[in-house]
Amino acid sequence: MSNAGYVRIAAILAAITALEVATYYVDLGALFLPSLLIMMAVKFYIVVSFFMHLRYESKMFSWVFYTGLFLAIVVYGIFLATFHFFS
Amino acid sequence: MTTDSHTETDGAAHTSTGLSNNKLGMWLFLGSECLLFGGLISTYMLYRGRVGEGPRPSQVFDIPFTSVSSFVLLMSSLTMVLAVSAAHKGDDRNTYLWTTVTAILGATFVGGQVYEFTAFYNEGMGFTTSLFSSSFYVLTGFHGVHVTVGVIMLMSIVGIMKRSKVPGSKSETVEMIGLYWHFVDVVWIIIFTLIYLIPA
Repeated sequence: MSNAGYVRIAAILAAITALEVATYYVDLGALFLPSLLIMMAVKFYIVVSFFMHLRYESKMFSWVFYTGLFLAIVVYGIFLATFHFFS
Repeated sequence: MTTDSHTETDGAAHTSTGLSNNKLGMWLFLGSECLLFGGLISTYMLYRGRVGEGPRPSQVFDIPFTSVSSFVLLMSSLTMVLAVSAAHKGDDRNTYLWTTVTAILGATFVGGQVYEFTAFYNEGMGFTTSLFSSSFYVLTGFHGVHVTVGVIMLMSIVGIMKRSKVPGSKSETVEMIGLYWHFVDVVWIIIFTLIYLIPA
């Protein structure tokens, strides 16, 4: 990817961050939490895929990283559920 | 058959996986870091409502200030990827420039965090004030330590680059530091949303 491409991606990330901060001040009602979580996930994916080049690297690197991430989500999801966090 | 193929400079091309061991090791490390930060984040989520006699998150968090800090760290990811790109091209001058800029942005972020912690403490939120404050300081402090380690690595590689050129295998060293740096940014993306923007 060219340097101009990286700058474009950074601009997209900055725009999403601005949107995230805006949602803190604007009353979105029931959309508040899902919209923030979606924007967070999109930013995460963009940085990992393009800045960390995971999209263009061997699939083994993706497996190694996403396995750790998946384990973290499952293990700590169960941990939080055990303490009735979601209820 | 060559028996002396496993040298440091061409290690990436002669591993059993065909992949760079350094890079595979770094991705394994980052995968394990997901579990570390997952534990810290979920502990905070569990305790963020347990404020006791201390201030609530909404009373101490300064969203505009933290938003600027987040923007600074996000832009450091851009300068880091530009440094990695320059290193792969063997462009020493730009590698040196962007690595230095990344270190400065990282140090700015850490400085902001120190300021934020000081402000929180002055508002009556000490480390042992409540479960919320303890879990908050441990989580964000741990992240701050990661950023500080990243800044030290960046300054170290700048020092190394001043002594020798960066093409070939040394560009992979810059890339490894870049992977670590981007991961620290990714963790902050999660912390900023879950801890700062979503109220308890």
